[in-house]
Amino acid sequence: MNQDIIAGVPLTWYVWLSAILFAIGVTGVLYRRNAIVIFMCVELMLNAVNLLLVAFSRFHNDPGGQVFVFFIMAVAAAEVAVGLAILMMVFRNTKSTDIGFLNRLKF
Amino acid sequence: MSKFVYLIPLFPLVSWAIIGLANRNLSKSLTGIIASGSVLASFVISVLIFMEKLHNPAAETVVLFDWISVGSFSAKMSFLVDSLSSIFLLVITGIGFLIHLYSTGYMHEDDGFRRFFAYLNLFVFFMLLLVLGDNFLVMFIGWEGVGLCSYLLIGFWFKNIDYSSAAKKAFVMNRIGDLGLLLGILMIYQTTQSVTFQTVFAKESLGLFSTEVVTAATLLLFIGAMGKSAQIPLYTWLPDAMAGPTPVSALIHAATMVTAGIYMVARCNAMFTMAPLSMDVVAWTGTLTALFAATIGFQQMDIKKVLAYSTVSQLGFMFAALGVGAYSAGVFHVVTHAFFKALLFLGAGSVIHAMHHEQDIRSMGGLRSKLPITHATFALGYLAIIGFPYFSGWFSKDEIIIKALENKPIIGYLLILGALMTAFYMSRVYFMTFWGKFRGTHEQEHHLHESPLSMTLPLMVLAALSVGGGFLVSGYVEHNLATVLTDLKHEGDNHSLHTMMWGVTAACLAIAGYWLLTVKDKQLQADAEIDGLGKVVYNKYYIDELYNSLITKPIDAIANFFGSIFDTKVVDGVVNFFGLGIHWLSSTMRRIQTGNVDTYFFAMVISIILILLFKAL
Repeated sequence: MNQDIIAGVPLTWYVWLSAILFAIGVTGVLYRRNAIVIFMCVELMLNAVNLLLVAFSRFHNDPGGQVFVFFIMAVAAAEVAVGLAILMMVFRNTKSTDIGFLNRLKF
Repeated sequence: MSKFVYLIPLFPLVSWAIIGLANRNLSKSLTGIIASGSVLASFVISVLIFMEKLHNPAAETVVLFDWISVGSFSAKMSFLVDSLSSIFLLVITGIGFLIHLYSTGYMHEDDGFRRFFAYLNLFVFFMLLLVLGDNFLVMFIGWEGVGLCSYLLIGFWFKNIDYSSAAKKAFVMNRIGDLGLLLGILMIYQTTQSVTFQTVFAKESLGLFSTEVVTAATLLLFIGAMGKSAQIPLYTWLPDAMAGPTPVSALIHAATMVTAGIYMVARCNAMFTMAPLSMDVVAWTGTLTALFAATIGFQQMDIKKVLAYSTVSQLGFMFAALGVGAYSAGVFHVVTHAFFKALLFLGAGSVIHAMHHEQDIRSMGGLRSKLPITHATFALGYLAIIGFPYFSGWFSKDEIIIKALENKPIIGYLLILGALMTAFYMSRVYFMTFWGKFRGTHEQEHHLHESPLSMTLPLMVLAALSVGGGFLVSGYVEHNLATVLTDLKHEGDNHSLHTMMWGVTAACLAIAGYWLLTVKDKQLQADAEIDGLGKVVYNKYYIDELYNSLITKPIDAIANFFGSIFDTKVVDGVVNFFGLGIHWLSSTMRRIQTGNVDTYFFAMVISIILILLFKAL
């Protein structure tokens, strides 16, 4: 029953949704200055891609796309773990999560 | 007996290894015994093989092992024992032994005594390899090896800068010739697919050569011979090679190594006969060298230099013989020349030894009473070289002149002139050294002494050979060598007796003429007083200076240009250009890295959009 509903949604809707989510992620990365929010935006972009992959996988009857999604999720989890740890350390040292702290990393 | 032929080069090689490795741990007398003994052992085997070849002149090949075997190409380490190689074996080991013996006396006070004998043994090994090899490659190893030993021994007293540059000069000039030889060998291999003498000189292989190819190949081989045997234009190294110890001059630069070129041409006689143009080149080069070197001999004041130019001149005679197709006469002269020239050099060494390393004949004179044995033997060698009747030189030289008159008369007449000149300069050096009044310092006169027995014994043996060698060898040359060497035959009138008398008269005239003109009451000139034509000749026609300005200086200039201008400006310039360019680029580009993360993100997104746009377009 649920499957039928999901199958009834046309592919273009998934594409549009993914595109919108991705665009929101990109905009967030570009405009926000809080590192944690930027992180979340990156996750948003990743998940937009994941959604698109799953949609196409279903559409083409090819499970390869779904396998790929699992990999992305695993990598994203690892990335978040490392990234948040770095952020923690940065926050302890600078008492701020503003992205501007990275401007020290120039030549 | 022939199967033991490998022992002949083995003995000197082992002796070289022992002396070279043990060096200071060996006493001088033991070194002398090992070095001379090994060559003596080789000589004994050579004599046995020679005796066998005397009765059975058929060529035999002794294969030691497969040396190179690549695809269809194969070269064996194998020896060819025939009439030609066995007579060379005899000369090399025989005279080699006498000179080793002589050296034990001559070099006794020298610090490099053991090094000297190690080199000398190594030389004998390579020389034996050269004449024994049954293919061009083995001969080539020997050829290069003797060049190396020659270099080591000319520069034996390497602390003297002149001597070591003389060694380098000899080495470099020999390399020029060796390149020719190598190209010749490659050409022969390309045509016949073989480097083995007996295969290459077989009738069916020789048929593969067109006239042009055989002419080119033989000319290239002859360039090799020019370098090794000091012919125009590559002769200037030989007089300078006198920087080495006198026994070396006798063994390497008179009796054996320099005759390698004659050996090689004689070995390839079948090919040379096919190329009349090459024969003309050989004959004329030889004749011109014989005359040219003889004229330089007129004015040299250093006893060894006179003998050196005489060697160049006599080698010219041998090449003239080869060039007119009298191969056996050329080899005959190699043998007799080895006897009397080794004798003359060793005699000169004995004189130099007695005079405490004085080599200028202007300081000598009247030595015949002080050095009776040296004088007597030197006199016999002198008579042999000028071709006095029934001495060894007379047999071979007249043989050459007869053959030349038959085949190429102009060469023959020029060679008669050459023989006359030989008599002239040899008379000069003989009379100036041993007759008249002593002209050296009192100290030298006080120290004059006859050399020890180890030095005079070889002189006596060689003197005996210089007198009787002609009789001994002439029969062998006539009968046995014919199996290997095919002389050009001339139809028509026979000059023999007639010309023999020519040689004799020429010799006598020259001696008498010299005696009357020069020795009687002529003041000797110091270096600075020599002028006019004499000065030009005394300075060897300025050939060294000519080569210097024509070849050495331009090459130096080119090397200098590339070394100090091209390298520093162009090569270094290109390298520095890239280094500095990248440095400049990176110091400019690093300003892009602002540290502002927003900019990075923005650039990233824009770039991705651009990439996608391009992809879409």
